[in-house]
Amino acid sequence: MSLLQRLLVAIVVALALGSAPPVLADPFDDALARFAADSFDDTQKAVEDLRVIGHGNAEEVISALSAGRLFIRLSDKLVVYRTVSGDLRTAKLGEAAVADASDLKAVRLNNRIRRAVEAALGSLTLMAPDAGRRRQAALAVLKSRDAAQLPLLETALARETDPAARRALEAARASIILTKADAPEVERLQAIAGLTNRGDGEAAAILRSLPSDAPEALRTAAASGVTRIEQRLALWASVQNIVYGISLGSVLLLAAVGLAITFGQMGVINMAHGEMVMLGAYTTFVVQELIRTQAPGLFGVSLFIAIPLAFLVSGAVGVAIERSIIRFLYGRPLETLLATWGLSLILQQTVRSVFGPTNREVGTPLWLSGAVELGGLSLTYNRIAIVVFAATVFAALLLVLRRTSLGLRVRAVTQNRRMASSMGIKTDRIDALTFGLGSGVAGMAGVALSQIDNVSPNLGQSYIIDSFLVVVFGGVGNLWGTLVGALTLGIANKLLEPFAGAVLGKIVLLIAIVLFIQKRPRGLFALNGRAVEA
Amino acid sequence: MRVLDRTSMWFLGLLLAVAVAVPVLNLGVPQGSAFHLSDHLVPLIGKYLCFALLALSVDLIWGFGGILSLGHGAFFALGGYAMGMYLMRQVGQRGVYSHPVLPDFMVFLNWKELPWFWYGFDQFWFAALMALVVPGSLAFAFGWFAFRSRVTGVYLSIITQALTFALMLAFFRNDMGFGGNNGLTDFKDILGFPVQARETRAALFVASALSLAMSYLLCRFIVTSKFGQVLVAVRDAESRVRFLGYHVENYKLTVFTISGVLAGLAGALYVPQVGIINPGEFAPANSIEVVVWVAVGGRETLAGAALGAVLVNAGKSWFTGVLPEFWLFALGGLFVLVTLLLPKGILGTSRELAGRLRWPRPASSSSAPPLSTPAE
Repeated sequence: MSLLQRLLVAIVVALALGSAPPVLADPFDDALARFAADSFDDTQKAVEDLRVIGHGNAEEVISALSAGRLFIRLSDKLVVYRTVSGDLRTAKLGEAAVADASDLKAVRLNNRIRRAVEAALGSLTLMAPDAGRRRQAALAVLKSRDAAQLPLLETALARETDPAARRALEAARASIILTKADAPEVERLQAIAGLTNRGDGEAAAILRSLPSDAPEALRTAAASGVTRIEQRLALWASVQNIVYGISLGSVLLLAAVGLAITFGQMGVINMAHGEMVMLGAYTTFVVQELIRTQAPGLFGVSLFIAIPLAFLVSGAVGVAIERSIIRFLYGRPLETLLATWGLSLILQQTVRSVFGPTNREVGTPLWLSGAVELGGLSLTYNRIAIVVFAATVFAALLLVLRRTSLGLRVRAVTQNRRMASSMGIKTDRIDALTFGLGSGVAGMAGVALSQIDNVSPNLGQSYIIDSFLVVVFGGVGNLWGTLVGALTLGIANKLLEPFAGAVLGKIVLLIAIVLFIQKRPRGLFALNGRAVEA
Repeated sequence: MRVLDRTSMWFLGLLLAVAVAVPVLNLGVPQGSAFHLSDHLVPLIGKYLCFALLALSVDLIWGFGGILSLGHGAFFALGGYAMGMYLMRQVGQRGVYSHPVLPDFMVFLNWKELPWFWYGFDQFWFAALMALVVPGSLAFAFGWFAFRSRVTGVYLSIITQALTFALMLAFFRNDMGFGGNNGLTDFKDILGFPVQARETRAALFVASALSLAMSYLLCRFIVTSKFGQVLVAVRDAESRVRFLGYHVENYKLTVFTISGVLAGLAGALYVPQVGIINPGEFAPANSIEVVVWVAVGGRETLAGAALGAVLVNAGKSWFTGVLPEFWLFALGGLFVLVTLLLPKGILGTSRELAGRLRWPRPASSSSAPPLSTPAE
């Protein structure tokens, strides 16, 4: 049956049904009418026509078709579609339409049509007004490598202004030219050079797909391009590992820096330190729950509310622990260790009883979700935020210990308790405050960890051994040692992972630290002089 | 000091009575009788005795040597794994996959042949030897490094904890060849006798009680000898002992290795009675719990450590049956209260009280607790 005949049939049917006669002069209407014929061949032709016409509602109609939202209104053979939100629109102008569900028949699809739809969507969106969608379309073409798209790509390239979309378009063009046997060799070489400069895994994949019957010059160019890209990728991978290592290191730093105060300054082994972190995380959870029910608008700043609160909650618990238990155990570190371990069990079980044993959901504010692309790196915002937060906390602690009156007293009591007491420093108070400070910092760490880890009663336990190792590795009584220790362990961990796997890497690291402590029992930055035996 | 002081006589007498009474009450007394000991209690009490042996090994180094190990669970678990490997090999073709040589989990993981470190474990003598040699060697190697470089106090505690943590991670891996996180289980028989049979369980119970008694005697012998005296001196004033010309490291290393072997023995006896060994035994929390058993019973008392292990574990069994959610509160509270209020533990405190009530005894009496500053 010829096209004309089909059209005639359609017209006759339409007229016979007494609906508004289609305006035959418009090819857009022609194409639409084909959908009504309800045959796969016609549908495919209609899609291809729409793609060529490429204006008005074409894109909407085709995407509706691909999602099964394109219908024929049986009563008058009008082509309508449902929008994503569920409104019914006419295909021609996108005006609102009405129909009973029983009066609608979905346009059927088969795999052949789906391919046509995909290609059509690709080329239609190449001209879309939104740069992001143009880029997506270019990537779709890149995947299909449909040589027929080349002219369209050229046109799109000529008027493309957005750099990201342009990159994608160029890659798509290069990949098509590369595989197109009848393209001039100069152009194909240019394509190879372009892909090599692009330099990511996808470009390498395209270069590898060069047909084996291609000329010798092309194949060597492509091969050297692949090698260059692989070298570049390997470089980026190690940069990525180091960045991840810094990120892990700052998590460790956050968890350990509070310990560096209680253990390093006071010599108190606080096995309940991890539980202070956990309390901070649960504080974040409670703050967010309250905000959800009371003031949803504040959700974006929930973390800023949670940070001081977590400091206060964990700090208060820390002061209470110091006053009620630890002060009776000064000078008996092993007993302190046992008592605080008992405390950690009690705190865990308390939290388990109150909040339940399962993970609690802590949300991430909008401004912390997402990632930034930097060269070959993809950095998520919450990781960046944790690095910044860890650095801030660390700097603040240094400032408190070095530049404030409290810090002066803390250091005085650490160095010579009796002398400090003789000078009028209330050593008891300072002990409680120091312990509170260390615990409070742990609470703030909990706020940060709630963003990247599960908030469960066991949260603290998973960090306690690592934290102790960081402090011991870095050298007790030295905040800078803790910083270096945390970053070293973080980076070493991430660098080991690709070779040994996550678990084995961790084991290797643990053994390395155990051996290191044998070599330097007082850590990387050991205190010298009188402080050692104090 | 005598090896067999009054406490020792009491302890050994009690242990012997239990070793006789439990099998008799279980096997000899008919089931309906009020004196019958039900079947599930035999391995349960047997388990307590193994824990008592483990506590004894910790008390030997902590109470007398001032070495607080937070990783003794590692030696216990290694001994247990050695025994578990023997029991696994004894399963033979009765496994789910009926493979003549490979244990079920290896068939499941598509292993083709037995890894070299499983060779010899089909022989009981070899497995029993390994249950002592492997933990002993690890303790020796670890102690050799640690004590020579004079890692002491909390630093040592933290790295022992790191050691058991690393071993836990390692044994959780499937390709280590020790059954991954399922561990070793589904044992059939030991030395030809079915593991589940009442008679075998009674025999294992008696073996545990005898091992505990022998180990107790060994520990008593060590701590009353000149070696033990030096050890206590090392605990109380390490530098002074060193300056007096003693090789402090050798004393510590020796006692640490012996302690590791005893912990391995405890693990080897434990596994056939509970019927499973998995990497959870390496968990740092378990090792710390052992320390609290010792603290509850009384450091530096040996018998007290064993008593503490039995009491705390009986309490755990009772709590987890009646009020499961309160067990951690109870255990945590125990840690805090014992360290704050009962630093000498039950036995130490009761001795002190008894000493105060009675007339002052001659100075040669051994039951008065020596005045000791807490080890650091």
